[in-house]
Amino acid sequence: MDATEKTIFELSATGRKGFRFPSSDVPSSDLPESLQRKDLPLPELSEVDVVRHYTRLSRLNYSLDNGMYPLGSCTMKYNPKICEKAARISAFANLHPLQPIESVQGAVLILYEMQIILQEISGFPACSLTPAAGAQGEFGGVKMIAASLRDRGETQRKIMLIPDSAHGTNPASSVMSGFECLAVRTDERGNIDLNDLTSKCNERLAGIMITNPNTLGLFDENIVEVIRIVHQAGGLVYGDGANMNALLGIVKPAELGFDVMHFNLHKTFATPHGGGGPGAGAICCTEQLKAYLPGPIADILEEATEEVPPLYGYRMPEKSIGMLRSFWGHFGIIVRAYCYCMMLGAEGLRRVAEYATLNANYLMEALKQDYPLPYDRTCMHEFVLDVKWPDAPGIRALDVAKRLMDYKFHPPTNYFPLIVHEALMIEPTETESKETLDDFIKAMKTIAREARENPELLHQAPTETPFGRMDEVKAARDLKIAE
Amino acid sequence: MFIPHTDADRESMLAAIGKKDLNELFDVVPEKYRFPKLNLQPGLTEPEVTFLLDEISSANLSLDHTACFTGAGAYHHYIPAAIDNLISRGDFYTAYTPYQPEISQGTLQAVYEYQSLMARLTGMEAANASHYDGATACAEAGVLAYHQYHGKRKKILVSAGLHPHYLLTLKTYLQDFDGMQIECPKATSLDEISPEKLEEKIDMDTALVLVQYPDFFGQIQDFSELAKAVHEKGALLCVCINPIALGLLKTPGEMGADIVVGEGQPLGIPLSYGGPYLGIFTTRKELIRKVSGRIVGETVDNRGQRAYVLTLTAREQHIRREKATSNICSNQSLNALTAAIYLSLLGRDGLRAVAKLCYDKAHYAAKEISKIHGYRILNQRPFFHEFVVSCPQPPSDINQHLLDHGMIGGYDLSEEYPMLGNAMLIAVTEMINKEDIDDLCEMLKEGEHHGRH
Repeated sequence: MDATEKTIFELSATGRKGFRFPSSDVPSSDLPESLQRKDLPLPELSEVDVVRHYTRLSRLNYSLDNGMYPLGSCTMKYNPKICEKAARISAFANLHPLQPIESVQGAVLILYEMQIILQEISGFPACSLTPAAGAQGEFGGVKMIAASLRDRGETQRKIMLIPDSAHGTNPASSVMSGFECLAVRTDERGNIDLNDLTSKCNERLAGIMITNPNTLGLFDENIVEVIRIVHQAGGLVYGDGANMNALLGIVKPAELGFDVMHFNLHKTFATPHGGGGPGAGAICCTEQLKAYLPGPIADILEEATEEVPPLYGYRMPEKSIGMLRSFWGHFGIIVRAYCYCMMLGAEGLRRVAEYATLNANYLMEALKQDYPLPYDRTCMHEFVLDVKWPDAPGIRALDVAKRLMDYKFHPPTNYFPLIVHEALMIEPTETESKETLDDFIKAMKTIAREARENPELLHQAPTETPFGRMDEVKAARDLKIAE
Repeated sequence: MFIPHTDADRESMLAAIGKKDLNELFDVVPEKYRFPKLNLQPGLTEPEVTFLLDEISSANLSLDHTACFTGAGAYHHYIPAAIDNLISRGDFYTAYTPYQPEISQGTLQAVYEYQSLMARLTGMEAANASHYDGATACAEAGVLAYHQYHGKRKKILVSAGLHPHYLLTLKTYLQDFDGMQIECPKATSLDEISPEKLEEKIDMDTALVLVQYPDFFGQIQDFSELAKAVHEKGALLCVCINPIALGLLKTPGEMGADIVVGEGQPLGIPLSYGGPYLGIFTTRKELIRKVSGRIVGETVDNRGQRAYVLTLTAREQHIRREKATSNICSNQSLNALTAAIYLSLLGRDGLRAVAKLCYDKAHYAAKEISKIHGYRILNQRPFFHEFVVSCPQPPSDINQHLLDHGMIGGYDLSEEYPMLGNAMLIAVTEMINKEDIDDLCEMLKEGEHHGRH
């Protein structure tokens, strides 16, 4: 059966209406003809058409509410429904960002308290919630390093070290901040190679961007030493918080010696991924760097007295790298994350890290019998398999990933990190039950058997989904991105 | 609550991995730093957190009960009920980025439709899957222009009519990056914000000229001549738009723009105290390979069905790493979906209607306000739904007076634009009734008699 859904343009019929505005209660004013557009080529549909169209489309999606998403480094945990409701409270959703500050005290209080929560979790004394996403958090954090080096008069420090297991946003953010990137090798235990690191630390060193636990799902066994080496060489240490889910209540990055880090609220704090966004970022940093934070930052402008509550408002840090976007940040996402943190509390946050780690180790232990595991030690919240079977040489990670869809699972992240060639990166998160994990293990083991017995099943997969493998080459060659 | 494990599950799982307790999972963390105390309150139940958030939100003044005359980059519009119903489907909002197209056609087709709608609305040929907001879309236009000339052209010329936050964001991204300079000629009056003034400043070192339409002060100006001047010098023209205004106005595409950016919030996205919003980004077809961010394209699957995929990914950070056109990873997918549903519901007539309502109400408000002693409209040129009022008192005093009467006044321009004097920027959307405008005028008159100075 053809699963194709018509586009809204194909569904359009001249004269059909989906929404009516009230008629005007003021006189009509003329707009000069020369400033008017000639044509407005928008589709015309009824409300019924629109609702059915997008409902049908939604059914073509896999989603968290549908099943497990073992996507490494994406932290696809369940999105609590109360957090959605919270963001829709009228006095949050219907607030203008530039209303008088007296009329938005509840909103600024949430921003202020969320800053404090993230400071407490990370151990840092300062926080900015303005980044729109993790990548913007990185960009802001790295710019802060650049600005502080400039103030120290050390503009010759141009090298940003980036472990070869890092996310692609790390080098991209560094280059946008004016740095040159230099890769650092990973050793055979999955740690940053200390010899390679030491050889690259010199008077041109600006800093290092570390994801810990790294994208292999491993906590760097030498993290304190790595940070000491970089600091001794005059560099600063950036923490990529993509994998922070494993560290909540387990260790504070500031105490390990990091200088600045970002959080992804849509990963660690359960805000929905929305099919690719919006997420939200945050930056936390040391006393030495806090003057450079992007702003504005929520603060108490007038302390409370016995009769009056405090007055919340904003300030721009003295040497701020500037604004990263308009207004105050992704408030609607921050409300969801705040709601989540308030529900978890200190103990609940630590349980998140514990059970995320338990789930990952449970899966790893069960799957390493059937799939090569390049780094075999206790993992944190995720781990990486290498799909290389001597007795099934034609099977790649992609084939296993696609076949998983036939067993009603979203595939793991594949071909990342780059240092594992046929990588399947698996992060179950804490919200999956033992039963779901057991089903996943069963599917993975079945696929491993199929790879030997009937590899065509994998090459053809998926066959049970509404759509099959795509012609990606055609999409790029015959580029059609709008109609 | 969100962790399903029973005690028995935990014990059997620990046994399976050979650990005696959960703590043992973290032996790799240096003991000195392991398990720090988190000084946070104990967790709340759902009823408790509901009560807490209700209490916190009660310190806010919701626009549900308030007439709001502030715009300045975020606008209070009616949001059709079908939108929240559709975007609240778990199949949409709990889905991940559509990297697995076989099971993500819902998101992919919706984004493709969004791209098509944005291209049509702006009069351009191509669009991306969205940026974070209007400000970052402007910044990414700067990044595109930098790459277009391989970093050889060092100047970005910005109109003083650009939203101040957009200018600041552009500077954060590009000022001093590889010698780039952002030049924004100062204007001492609204009149000086004109394409002619900018034309004089374009030279062979200019990579991009960035203007806003309607501009921050509501003014509508035709940039067709400017486009010619920009192209004569081999540079790119970027026009930052308000999508509702394009229900009526001549498109930047007709004027000859190379890039169109804008804040998509007015297209059915709640104000939500400033975010998350939607960064619109459309271009001429030739530039699409230089555009940053995700792009969805049409293709077929191996069963011959029409389908959609993320395409041209070779531009992006996860493939190109340090050579990527930008570090951007996510887009604002759910908000792009919102905009697509909004425009599908309103259609051709609906968008025209809302634009005309905004236009007429703003012009009625301007006319009435200009009749009040001491108040003057500073806009000499045509404007859309926003205009600048010169006031007899500091706008902050007037706004306090209005707030005391449950009304949100205009955006106070006096700090950022002192040359305009006691000026406020007033926005009027379809959410404002004639009665609200008449009430506003009454209160301004009262303020005149009871003013503090």
